Amino acid sequence: MKLSGIKSISQALHNKIISVQELHDIYLKRLNTHAENLNCIINYTPETANQQIKAAQALIDNKQAHLLTGIPLVHKDLFCTTGVNTTCGSRMLENFVAPYDATVVKNLNNRGMITMAKANMDEFAMGSSNENSYFGAVKNPWGLNRVPGGSSGGSAAVVAAGLAPIATGTDTGGSIRQPAALTGITGIKPSYGRASRYGMVAFASSLDQAGVFARSAEDCAYVLSEMCGFDAKDSTSAQVAKEDFSENLNQSIKGLKVGIVTEWMDGLSPDIKQATEQAIAKLQDMGAQLVEIELPTAHLAVSAYYVIAPAECSSNLSRFDGIRYGHQCENPVDLNDLYVRSRSEGFGEEVKRRIMIGTWALSAGFYDAYYRKAQKIRRLIAQDFDRAFAQVDIIAAPVSPETAFKFNTKKDPVSMYQEDIYTIPSSLAGLPCLSMPIGLVDDLPVGLQLIGHNLQESTILNVAHQYQQDTNFHKMVAEGYDE
Amino acid sequence: MLINRKEVEQIAVLAKLHVSESEIDAIVTSLDSIVEMINHISEVNTDNTKPMANPMDAVQRLRADEVTETSIKEKLLSMATQTDEDYFLVPTVVE
Repeated sequence: MKLSGIKSISQALHNKIISVQELHDIYLKRLNTHAENLNCIINYTPETANQQIKAAQALIDNKQAHLLTGIPLVHKDLFCTTGVNTTCGSRMLENFVAPYDATVVKNLNNRGMITMAKANMDEFAMGSSNENSYFGAVKNPWGLNRVPGGSSGGSAAVVAAGLAPIATGTDTGGSIRQPAALTGITGIKPSYGRASRYGMVAFASSLDQAGVFARSAEDCAYVLSEMCGFDAKDSTSAQVAKEDFSENLNQSIKGLKVGIVTEWMDGLSPDIKQATEQAIAKLQDMGAQLVEIELPTAHLAVSAYYVIAPAECSSNLSRFDGIRYGHQCENPVDLNDLYVRSRSEGFGEEVKRRIMIGTWALSAGFYDAYYRKAQKIRRLIAQDFDRAFAQVDIIAAPVSPETAFKFNTKKDPVSMYQEDIYTIPSSLAGLPCLSMPIGLVDDLPVGLQLIGHNLQESTILNVAHQYQQDTNFHKMVAEGYDE
Repeated sequence: MLINRKEVEQIAVLAKLHVSESEIDAIVTSLDSIVEMINHISEVNTDNTKPMANPMDAVQRLRADEVTETSIKEKLLSMATQTDEDYFLVPTVVE
């Protein structure tokens, strides 16, 4: 049977063309065939899945099912899940079993989705290539010698290879959008505060957001609607009403004003620029109006981000003391030795680097010049977006300056950080943004980023869905992974 | 150099991380290049700009002081390497 999209799968489940167990087994077989080669899974969750399969089938049989009931998914391994390890891609949490479910996981469990596995990722979500995972790098289905992007690279590879129709991810500075672009799928990060951070292992608390990967914007809309919602357990949860993000999918985009950041377009390589311009021209063909906009402070976004994110990371990761949970060194001679060796053994190179940068930026004498200054730059960037959104409905922009690169080609951290040059500005402003596939350059996928104003998830999903009604790029599958 | 070996050693002490003799030069080089990149934030005047701590400018929400959670003490203690009754055990601090 051809599996294409949540709606048709759900219909097949409801019409008893396929059972939840049979559907699960199809994807499990695909996981068993491909996941090891792609190194995209850290742990499988068969016991959780078995219980959920029975419960979902009962809901369907009793006609109490939701659209998502019975749909299999994979969670990024930084969402806490009871009864199974949550490693966050780190030796520090290699054997950690969370005592509770993340709210995002709970919300999707409540809709009857089936958790099949936990996806590989850059350690503590720090990275743009997935080369920072303690469990080894994830490979890109479009070229096994290439990175899938990061940090949610395992989740992106799972969906791109058709090993599950849906995967969750998180995005701090581009960790959903960039892997979605590099693997040729759709991925959305909602506005800051939309999805609860409760039970998400924290990296940079003022930036971290949960989101979702799927082939299509339509499927992203269905799942995101159920993931999001106010949660009293997250002190930064946005107090806004729950929304059905799929409601506006079918609206025409005629007359919609699409902002183009000219400076960003000019900085692209000719091939990627051409693909991006073609996608934007397509939006214009569909009735959208293009408006040139400026984001005058956005060129400082990466610099400001690498103060704010590491500062928050150094603070958040100070909880890993080797005492209460997580990796503990052997035979500590005293308390300081226990702290230092547990942390030094438990954390990988990039995580240590960011902890050190954050510790430095927050240390006596530097706080005002760096952390406070970066927070002021952050406001200027947010104000740039506010001014832009006074003129336009959405912004269309590149996701990444390049397509999937080969392993071990970005050895110095600064060149890796530049990968997120187009995704970090909207992260700092807390805006909803997505990446959708728009074609291939040298047989590798390219994405287009759609950025919405605050809480305008339904607008960017509407545009992406309309684009996907007129094009087939979201149906592209890498050779050898046909479903 | 914007950051030197001595400063890196001091940061490691504050961050409770060990930096070995064989790694230190590479760490100094990489942190120095990051600081160089970060320093661009000083290019823009922000005298009249308020810092942004939360993208929604949200403030800490208060709630009624009511017990909403049940104790999961045993679960939490079971995650530690060493415990004694209700305590986490650490190496002796005071003889």
